[in-house]
Amino acid sequence: MTGTRTEPLLDLVDVTVTYRTSEGPLPAVRGIDLTVGPGEVVGLAGESGCGKSTLASTVLRLQPSGAAVTGEVNVLGQDVQTIAWGKLRALRWAGASIVFQGALHSLNPVQRIGAQIAEPIRVHEPDLAKDAVARRVEELLEQVGLATSRKRSYPHQLSGGQRQRVMIAMALACRPQLVVADEPTTALDVMVQAQILDLLRDLVRELGVGLLIISHDLSVLADLCDRVAVMYAGRVVESGRAEQVFTDPLHPYTRALSGAFPRIGDPAARYAPAGLAGDPPDPRELPPGCSFEPRCPLAVPECAEAEPPLVEVRPGRPVACIRVGER
Amino acid sequence: MTTPFLEARGLEVEFLTRTGHAARALDGVHVSVQRGEILAIVGESGSGKTTLARTLIGLQRPTAGQVLLEGAPLSYSQKGLRALRSRVQMVLQDAAGSLNPRQTVYESVAEGIRLHGRVASDPDGRSEADLVAAALAEAGLRPPERLFLRYPHELSGGQKQRVLIAGALALRPELILADEPVSSLDASIRGEILALLLKLRQDLGMGVVVVTHDLGLAWNIADRIAVMYLGRVVECGTTEEVLSRPRHPYTQALLSVVPEIDFLEPVVLTGEIPDPSRIPGGCRFHPRCPQLVEGIAAEAGVADACRRTSLPVLPADGDHRVACHLDAARVG
Repeated sequence: MTGTRTEPLLDLVDVTVTYRTSEGPLPAVRGIDLTVGPGEVVGLAGESGCGKSTLASTVLRLQPSGAAVTGEVNVLGQDVQTIAWGKLRALRWAGASIVFQGALHSLNPVQRIGAQIAEPIRVHEPDLAKDAVARRVEELLEQVGLATSRKRSYPHQLSGGQRQRVMIAMALACRPQLVVADEPTTALDVMVQAQILDLLRDLVRELGVGLLIISHDLSVLADLCDRVAVMYAGRVVESGRAEQVFTDPLHPYTRALSGAFPRIGDPAARYAPAGLAGDPPDPRELPPGCSFEPRCPLAVPECAEAEPPLVEVRPGRPVACIRVGER
Repeated sequence: MTTPFLEARGLEVEFLTRTGHAARALDGVHVSVQRGEILAIVGESGSGKTTLARTLIGLQRPTAGQVLLEGAPLSYSQKGLRALRSRVQMVLQDAAGSLNPRQTVYESVAEGIRLHGRVASDPDGRSEADLVAAALAEAGLRPPERLFLRYPHELSGGQKQRVLIAGALALRPELILADEPVSSLDASIRGEILALLLKLRQDLGMGVVVVTHDLGLAWNIADRIAVMYLGRVVECGTTEEVLSRPRHPYTQALLSVVPEIDFLEPVVLTGEIPDPSRIPGGCRFHPRCPQLVEGIAAEAGVADACRRTSLPVLPADGDHRVACHLDAARVG
């Protein structure tokens, strides 16, 4: 955690997102509080369908039009969900930017990558001379570890890792203070993943940006982040300092997540993959009590009665579980 | 050693690139898998691991070398391939993309049963619906009848993967070849699918060749590992040997960047696997080898060999073997 209590770059206050669907309202995010300070790396962990990408989309008001958002989404002190369109436009890219999941599908296949990186710069700084934009593009490519000659490449000529670097260069194009990265290393090889994580770490250190990183892989977050929050069925079920959450998980769901990837060399994990039976609940038909109860190895009848609140069970360790401490 | 169930001997696969260069996806590979054994073929994208899997099941013809099923070379006639595939089944990567979106679960699983005439040949005289139900149940989809009429979009990722496995199981193969069976699944589902593969081995004596970049998966289920780099196996042995005492600098680097590993200092290699149309001379890993860069190879007097002398192809005899000049100098 950054020592002084400066204004956070991102301050989510009791955010909910509900999709309107033909089968009725679908609560995707159900009351999330989260902050990211300058130079801080915060991780959001959870499985597909837990609402983490939906939450990320609210940071720049990119959620689909059928989604109703309540609560406050404060980015650099402005509530992006209510500010005027012009102010929002100024904030996107230059105040905060997003590195989307799936670099292949987010890049334009018929445009050279130099032009794609230049686009947000030209939109935000229309007075900047052409060669100054070109210089900035080259700087950005170097910053993310790509040869400047790559600006003439098309996305299909790059490997997955290189495309991800381009996505990061684009996100940095207008010098934002806050970057949101949605699954930046999913679908990459381990070695390339390690390279991208190193790059993100260096960028945070050099540029002092705040980084919110979303991943289903808790071990990746444990490695990179200062703090992590674990989401399940639209809520945060546990948060705290990254390595503590990973090495000493208190919520049974977090424990399952952190145990999912074995410690190589641990004899106990040989021929014993750790898993969790069942699937996450359908957000339209959430169980009445704790949403993890149907899959929870520690569940007792009380768990099905009411949704447990997020309670600070240890300093800096809020957990939403009435069975904390049980094994 | 007994005759392996499935074996690759000196496999080479060459593709012609658009520019007319030959790209060697496989450049001399020996691997073998015994009955009921779980072998992990580990490597990054571009290592040739998927090409190896495709060649093992006859989807790709080798340019040189042979695939042998119980010691007999594979016949690439339609009949020969059908015979192979009734005994060896492949579960493709990307469950969502491998299922026909317009086919029900029942149809997807029944397809193989029909193709191989398994209703007529069933010893217990079961009906097609019985066979489909049994396969779904074995894959952990219970009760199976409830899923018969579902379409892929109605299933979760884990369920789709199970349907694919059920489709393979329905044919009672002796070996399953699984290409990245859990890479697109959520962490909590992953363990369930791996446990299923282990259970199939235990209950049905089924062998598994799993192609993956995930070393944790290998530690979870594999008996033996072959680590591939640029079309060759660079290290092989039992899982314990290879992952607890890796000897090849590439294996060491791969292991060191797994986030859960704390017994190795992370070594992040620069760059990516080179293009297989330009395989470096000498040791194919030398341009990225940290041992060579840091002068450790030079101290051992092998730096020249690393750059110039190519390494022999590793035999698949089950011993812990490493294709590395430095390792050879240390052991030798």
